[in-house]
Amino acid sequence: MDIYSEIILDHYKNPRNKGSVKNATATAIEHNPLCGDKIKIELLLDKSNRIKTIKFSGSGCAISQAAASMLLETLTGKTLNEIEKIKSREIIKMLNIPISPAREKCALLGLYAVKKAVELAAKPRNSKKRSK
Amino acid sequence: MLDPNKIKKQFPIFKREINNHSLVYLDSASTSQKPQAVINSLVNYYKNTNANIHRSIYKLSEEATSAYENVRSQTAKFINAKSSREIIFTRNATESINMVAQTWGKLNIKPNDEIIVSILEHHSNLVPWQQLCKEKNAKLKIIPLTKNYSIDLKNYKKLLSKKTKLVAITGESNVLGTRPPLKEIIKLAHGKNAITIVDGAQMVAHSHVDVQDLDCDFFAFSSHKMLGPTGVGILYGKENLFKKMPPFLFGGDMIKTVSKYDAQWNDIPWKFEAGTPNIADVIAFGEALNFLTRTGLKNINEHNKKLLKYAIEEFSKYKEVKLFYAKDSAQSSTSILSFSIKNIHPHDIAQIFDTEGVEIRSGHHCCEPLMDYLKVPALARISFYLYNTFEDIDLAEKALKKTLKIFK
Ligand SMILES: Cc1ncc(COP(=O)(O)O)c(C=O)c1O
Repeated sequence: MDIYSEIILDHYKNPRNKGSVKNATATAIEHNPLCGDKIKIELLLDKSNRIKTIKFSGSGCAISQAAASMLLETLTGKTLNEIEKIKSREIIKMLNIPISPAREKCALLGLYAVKKAVELAAKPRNSKKRSK
Repeated sequence: MLDPNKIKKQFPIFKREINNHSLVYLDSASTSQKPQAVINSLVNYYKNTNANIHRSIYKLSEEATSAYENVRSQTAKFINAKSSREIIFTRNATESINMVAQTWGKLNIKPNDEIIVSILEHHSNLVPWQQLCKEKNAKLKIIPLTKNYSIDLKNYKKLLSKKTKLVAITGESNVLGTRPPLKEIIKLAHGKNAITIVDGAQMVAHSHVDVQDLDCDFFAFSSHKMLGPTGVGILYGKENLFKKMPPFLFGGDMIKTVSKYDAQWNDIPWKFEAGTPNIADVIAFGEALNFLTRTGLKNINEHNKKLLKYAIEEFSKYKEVKLFYAKDSAQSSTSILSFSIKNIHPHDIAQIFDTEGVEIRSGHHCCEPLMDYLKVPALARISFYLYNTFEDIDLAEKALKKTLKIFK
């Protein structure tokens, strides 16, 4: 099986949900120091605390960029709780390509960034209000 | 002239296949492959000579001690040190540099002193000096490059001052292949009474080094980049400096006498080699030096240069490919070529090359400040050594075409 499958290349060349979010509820950045890859996640929640909009930006290898693009496609409408439960192996399965140990961090960079953003969004928002 | 096909036969790893292709190894700047003679030496030592050194009077220990100490003399000769007392064995070039920072550096660097490095430095010749500067409230100054990726000597001269206490400079960049004019840099530093350390990790594998002619105060390198085993580093230092430096680690072997509450240090170089050293690998490193001497560093360098020229010709045919290498003849690269491809991350390049059995390096090459300076997140790199052939470059070019096709 080829690591550069059509789907991976398609998402790399035409990333979905790439960009930034106005008035984002939470923003998080993850780095992969080995490659210099960087993914920034911005998300906005709706009134019922579900993902209304989520976007990524940054640069990196085909695997990290495609994985982020594919992951984000599945997240709109999800609750923070549901996202927190996403497992690494589900990402690997979704990519459906052979991922060597050296490339695992690339594949999971998007998920790590999403989880970081979700964690920030889940922090009692009253703390943010209080600080205002 | 050197026949790489004949040489290749002496490196058993080339019998290996990678993804159903014969191995094409273009990452010798990371670590070189090892000839059978070096591997045999390791096996032979453990089979026939294994004993601790400097400690016992029985036959095996005497043999091991003499083999180990012979390599010290051999290493001294290889870089033309005045005496084998000026050669310390460490774990790698990184440890050699850290040893200077922790001993000479801690003793001599004072607040407001300045240390000069270049933007080319590998993290191993940068981070130890950053840390020392922080600890001592000293200042780190960084020499930039010219537009052709040469060391900017004019700027270096401006950075030098009475405050300069140390100049730490690479002998050859592991990214751009730049070979700074060491003699001049060292002479200028000495003019200000500054000490100099050369990171020789890349250069020593294919250039003749004469530390007396260079007049550097310290010179650090690793066995594993020059056909020897991993786990052996070398620190050359001028005898008068070694004598004044405090020990780095304390314990067995580095002492002359120990009483209940005090100890006296051994003579140099043993003062700096605490504990049982890497005996087997040091002895095998001696075989690597033999191999290099037999083949001739000059021949190896000429060979590398031809390969590099050919690779530059072939790779520059592709407009999507941008090449990064030192071009000025005085400082030009001889065996290292970094490159990037528009819209393709270096890790993807290396991964596709690997499917063709072509092993290349990708990433920041332990030179993050240099990557920032070049305004790239990472680079792909090919590097050559005595066992590489023109055919290796043709196969790399084939892999390059495949990469472009996949990402078309
Ligand atoms: C220029 C340069 N300096 C220092 C080092 C560090 O060598 P080692 O990892 O053996 O300590 C390297 C190795 O990559 C290098 O290329």
